[in-house]
Amino acid sequence: MGHFVSSLGQSVCSICLTTPSLSFVLRFSLCVPSSESRESEIIMAGTKEEDVKDPRIPKIASSIRVIPDFPKPGIMFQDITTLLLDTEAFKDTIDIFVERYKGKGISVVAGVEARGFIFGPPIALAIGAKFVPMRKPKKLPGKVISEEYSLEYGTDKIEMHVGAVEPGERAIIIDDLIATGGTLAAAIRLLERVGVTIAECACVIELPVLKGREKLGETPLFILVTSDAA
Amino acid sequence: MSGNKQEEDPRINGIKTKIRVVPDFPKKGIMFQDITTVLLDPKAFKDTIDLFVERYRDKNISVVAGIEARGFLFGPPIALAIGAKFVPLRKPKKLPGETIFEEYELEYGNDRLEMHVGAVEAGDRALVVDDLIATGGTLCAAINLLERVGAEVVECACVIELPELKGRQRLKGKPLCMLVEYR
Repeated sequence: MGHFVSSLGQSVCSICLTTPSLSFVLRFSLCVPSSESRESEIIMAGTKEEDVKDPRIPKIASSIRVIPDFPKPGIMFQDITTLLLDTEAFKDTIDIFVERYKGKGISVVAGVEARGFIFGPPIALAIGAKFVPMRKPKKLPGKVISEEYSLEYGTDKIEMHVGAVEPGERAIIIDDLIATGGTLAAAIRLLERVGVTIAECACVIELPVLKGREKLGETPLFILVTSDAA
Repeated sequence: MSGNKQEEDPRINGIKTKIRVVPDFPKKGIMFQDITTVLLDPKAFKDTIDLFVERYRDKNISVVAGIEARGFLFGPPIALAIGAKFVPLRKPKKLPGETIFEEYELEYGNDRLEMHVGAVEAGDRALVVDDLIATGGTLCAAINLLERVGAEVVECACVIELPELKGRQRLKGKPLCMLVEYR
């Protein structure tokens, strides 16, 4: 048992985080009222015990907006565009990833289109790695390799340029969110096919109810915020 | 500083040599300017961002708007470095919240650019970022979206310009800063 003092000076007992009813209370004790009118519409993403160890996480979590019934009824969409409007939260998000991956021999940051393009490049720049975009079909010019993956109905593909990465390189794969894990698993397969080792997948948000982590096989997953809204 | 090619900076040539031209993509006759090869060179990518950051850091820019999808590669690093918010401008139906849209012309037909309501406020000073300016249609739509909500568009910033397509003239008088010309 220990105490975590949030960056707001509110004292939160860490043991409370494992109890559903108290985690509900926690959600609100970490939610910062702000002068922005948008705040009244925000349902803050839930946080897990391991997330709150870094005092920057609660602000990041509270900057994410949940939009009900998008893209279709029943889905609670995790909107990171509000995080991008909060300069401190966006900087903190990138800093946490950079601190984790700098100096670890990562030479490739692969980002999945399109929201992976927002988080991947700043991380790549800060750790001195190349950035490799992984795109929907027919977007990349020149020679590509592609990997198919399953959707709820049907399949889709992601593509990567031939020659973008070399055998033996160490990569991280970035996306804003992991849901079912289908896209990330396809990205892992694509990179492994050309001899790259994936050190870790990194996402801002995980929806654990969808068990995406299980699709990643041996590849570890690093997350900042988990959300029970799925 | 007026919007001009950064002619003297020695980093420009290094960036230019990293851009890959792919003939006949997406269709015959088009020489596609591929910036993914710049992203594969950490120094060239860093230099690209640094050149824009040096230009904009003291200009009180509060918003960097990036055009999907390649504007997402350059906009956020610039925004982070100058302390501005990043606003994605997206194709229809991608943004989950309430949006406003602006239509623009393609060679055949129209397309739309969308922005979240409330992302940008009246009085915000904005930069619009994309990898390349061709006809200027998309950038013009972006300027319109930002001006409709009362922002001031300070400049458009692109890595590459195709000057023969005269996109510069479609920016409603806004200046353009680009690093590399392709003729």
